[in-house]
Amino acid sequence: MKIKQLSVFIENKEGRLKNALNVLSKENINIRALSVADSEKYGILRLIVNDNEKAKKALEKENLIVKETEVIVVGIPDKPNGLNHILEILEKDGINVEYIYAFVSTKADEAVVVMKIEDIEKGLKLLKEANSTILTRKDINNL
Amino acid sequence: MIWNEAAECMDEEDKKELQLSLLQQTVKRAYDNVPFYKKLLDDAGVKPEDIKTLKDIEKIPFTTKTDLRAAYPFKMFAVPDEEIVEIHTSSGTTGVPTVSGYTIKDLDIWGEMTARGLGMCNATKKDRIQNCYGYGLFTGGFGIHYGARTVGCTVIPISAGNTKRQVDTLLDFQSTILTCTPSYAAYIGEYLKKEGYKPDDISLKYGVFGAEMWTEEMRKGIEKSLGITALNIYGLTEVMGPGIAIECPEQTGLHVADDHFYPEIIDPKTGETLPDGEKGELVLTTLTREGSPIIRFRTKDITTLHKGKCACGRTSCKIERITGRSDDMLKIRGVMVFPYQIERALFKTEGIEPTYQIHVTRPGLLDEIEVKVEASPDMFSDEMKELSTLENTLSKNIHNEIGLRVNVTLVEPGSLPRSEGKAIRVIDERNFE
Repeated sequence: MKIKQLSVFIENKEGRLKNALNVLSKENINIRALSVADSEKYGILRLIVNDNEKAKKALEKENLIVKETEVIVVGIPDKPNGLNHILEILEKDGINVEYIYAFVSTKADEAVVVMKIEDIEKGLKLLKEANSTILTRKDINNL
Repeated sequence: MIWNEAAECMDEEDKKELQLSLLQQTVKRAYDNVPFYKKLLDDAGVKPEDIKTLKDIEKIPFTTKTDLRAAYPFKMFAVPDEEIVEIHTSSGTTGVPTVSGYTIKDLDIWGEMTARGLGMCNATKKDRIQNCYGYGLFTGGFGIHYGARTVGCTVIPISAGNTKRQVDTLLDFQSTILTCTPSYAAYIGEYLKKEGYKPDDISLKYGVFGAEMWTEEMRKGIEKSLGITALNIYGLTEVMGPGIAIECPEQTGLHVADDHFYPEIIDPKTGETLPDGEKGELVLTTLTREGSPIIRFRTKDITTLHKGKCACGRTSCKIERITGRSDDMLKIRGVMVFPYQIERALFKTEGIEPTYQIHVTRPGLLDEIEVKVEASPDMFSDEMKELSTLENTLSKNIHNEIGLRVNVTLVEPGSLPRSEGKAIRVIDERNFE
């Protein structure tokens, strides 16, 4: 299923990232996964959290810009070629991966990967057909 | 509606006759009562009697802000102290402030001037004016206030600041006319949207905005976010305050109250008077002012004069929207750039917030311009490449306007300083010594 990720615009100034994370911590928001894409002047903080509405409201109150983006979260067996296998499935049908980041899972033999892909419907279909482990919102909240 | 038809729709020949008569009286009064003007005219070999036609005004040398600063505080007054009932000054941020003194009659005239502007908003006694121009030495607050009193509207003298209070007042008091700087109007529009209000939630019909330069694009943005017709008002402390020129709903230029102020356009380099329709520096002469008569004041504002009858029915001459000041002009790598041009380019791009700032530096041997624009929810993309593309598009649009390559940087919303008065758009860090 498609998961809604939060993206936050962060100026490349001292303390701006910390400020955003502070806001979330004050609201007791649990961050399930996090990644920062950076350029020379600013960054995009990408987050999978446990309560999108609450997080978005708190960040916007602090004048931060937040956008919701649909991503796929995939469970990958924790051994070599695990991720590569997934990427091959997508590449075979020409589906472009915009970005990707990984995080922890409570399961000992599983890595969890967040992906933004070009054609999310098609990608989901292909991965499901290949019996990949697509995580649901419930799965994520239970991590 | 036209507040004063006899004055605002005067026949051209009658107007010229009136202007000449008033000019002659003003020059005589200034010569007889203001030492500065006596010396100015004596040094130029000109006597008040030498003003026989309107063109003879060109015999008189200009008055500049430097002259007014040198007369600080009261040396430009043409009447005894007891006749001055009110004083206003310029901000004094760039030097000694200039002082304007008003007699009771001057205040009546001021009220009449801004009342004409409220007429352009079809204001009646039933209208409620939320006046967010600063009340104090600044002329904005009181100028509008006197106009409101002249028409008999309900004036809410809220002055500047405390945006939450401003918006509560708009909602609770159901104000119908808003008066403030255009950047503040844009800010109120932003705030309303952020709080989840729609233009229909407020009762504003018109806005009268001035005290700083603004573009047509910015006007459209404000009209949309507040659901109003936004009119431009012009004035300066040295010559009276707001009301010297006000735009009618045709929005094709600002009507100068030319039965009280005589406008000329000159070439800022040579001082030569230019024909109507040519762009240059606005020079103003007061025709009826008693306390502080001013002759041929160089405003440094760049505009164009147009005569003839407007579609609204008024015959008072019009000036175009001010697009620059002869001293706000930036010289970047030898090219003349006005902040106005950059604003226009930014607004051409989709989804832009109206808040920006221009930084000019010279890190090495060449000038660099960086334009900081606040990111807005509409602009923000989850993908780095789209943000880069946006910056490049903005840079390209600016390049099309001014012919120079600039760096565009997206910054966090609210990170650029807001102003309840004039917005600071340009920070020039170059040291020219």
